[in-house]
Amino acid sequence: MFGARPVNLFLLCAGLMVLSGCSSSATWGWYVINPSTPTGWTNIKFLIGGMGDTILISLIAAALSITIGLLVALPGLSDRWYIRIWNRVYVEFVRSIPLLPMLFWVFYGLPIIFRSMGLNIPIDPFWGAIITLAISDSAFTAEIYRAGIQSIAKGQTEAAQTVGLRYVQTMRYVILPQAIRRILPPLANQFIYIVKMSAFASVIGMQELTRRANELVVTEYRPLEIYSLLILEYLVLVLIISAGVRWLERRMGSDERG
Amino acid sequence: MAETAIEMVGVNKWFGDFHVLKDINLSVAEGERVVVCGPSGSGKSTVVRCINRLELHQKGAIRINGAQVTERPEDLGGEVGMVFQQFNLFPHLTVLQNLTLGPMKSRGLSRAEAEARARHYLERVRIPEQADKRPAQLSGGQQQRVAIARSLCMEQKVMLFDEPTSALDPEMISEVLDVMVELAEEGMTMIVVTHEMGFARKVADQMVFMDAGEIVETGPPAEFFEAPKSKRCQTFLSQILSH
Repeated sequence: MFGARPVNLFLLCAGLMVLSGCSSSATWGWYVINPSTPTGWTNIKFLIGGMGDTILISLIAAALSITIGLLVALPGLSDRWYIRIWNRVYVEFVRSIPLLPMLFWVFYGLPIIFRSMGLNIPIDPFWGAIITLAISDSAFTAEIYRAGIQSIAKGQTEAAQTVGLRYVQTMRYVILPQAIRRILPPLANQFIYIVKMSAFASVIGMQELTRRANELVVTEYRPLEIYSLLILEYLVLVLIISAGVRWLERRMGSDERG
Repeated sequence: MAETAIEMVGVNKWFGDFHVLKDINLSVAEGERVVVCGPSGSGKSTVVRCINRLELHQKGAIRINGAQVTERPEDLGGEVGMVFQQFNLFPHLTVLQNLTLGPMKSRGLSRAEAEARARHYLERVRIPEQADKRPAQLSGGQQQRVAIARSLCMEQKVMLFDEPTSALDPEMISEVLDVMVELAEEGMTMIVVTHEMGFARKVADQMVFMDAGEIVETGPPAEFFEAPKSKRCQTFLSQILSH
């Protein structure tokens, strides 16, 4: 019943929290984020201030992921095994690595490799999180692309070839425009996944939403209220993404029907 | 004597262990119309698909206008037109865009040139008014005529038809065949895989009968229909012409 209108779910959650806040003030201490008090307002601004970094990390990581994912997916569609194998190796390897260890490896380990190669490429928490999220997610994006492209009938490729299109042109003008419409929903899922997983950036010191919540909990000792707000912040982000994707789908869908 | 447009010499092909083409020898002169018929699974579609490299053969030689074909279909550069049983129009593009894509991307025509050419050929297949619709909005017969026009827009010398009317409702078959007859009369080199024997009688210079991966019999249509030499061909013709 909530699937069709996530807004309902949102209202329900918000309502429940407010209600429980009113009914047992011993459990809840909303003062910590009460916008009508100066401290509460400062705290709220501090917490919501992480929104920008969370969004930026997620957007850049998602953009990289759908690019890397496509580049990884294409060899996986070859009919030659020695090309296809590169896709399999990448996908199987990357998706076997848990996000947190990969984040540590990229943030603490990769700079050592760079230094040993004589390269001075510092990796700050911002880019460390983006690289990790993008690579980790790209294995899944690659599989989504592969399935989407494979779902386009072989006859489309054949028809493109008989009007003289080369491989890249066939992909660009015939296959991908059709495949994108089909893979938009699973790609959107992956984007939501990235937004949520960006919380891990907090452990390498990125001051995004989760890090700020943690820092405030340490000083205010009000984990219940602060983490509740944190969850709501992610909920709002995800609902906005969902709405955007539905809008995109409608636009593309009408295109297909003509 | 006309130039040889397509030549197949000792062509063999296997799908795994299945020997789908056995020593195919076929020569098609420029301007010649060849109709290939035979029971399903006889390899007739595979023959035309080998010519434009949608399938690769393992043994033998295929030459198009004297040049040996390579492994990659795009190397033909759209020199050989193809009309598919399932039309294979691009569903996300309008009819006009379906027709201009190849000429613009592989022939380097400007949009204006490509659109002028597209409208010209839509006129030829008698559906100029459908230019801005999407394939899904057209009937099967109209879609197949768009597919023919799409191929014509590449202005190839050779066109292959792989059962172009088999997926059509009966009342739409003749509108597609009419267009094909016109093309034949204008001197297009054509290889047509079809069961439409009326069409074959009307336009074919050479009939080819295939069974079990072999060319069993070839000949001009008069001979082929009146006095088929092989038993297999007689049986096949009696089956499809009996009603």
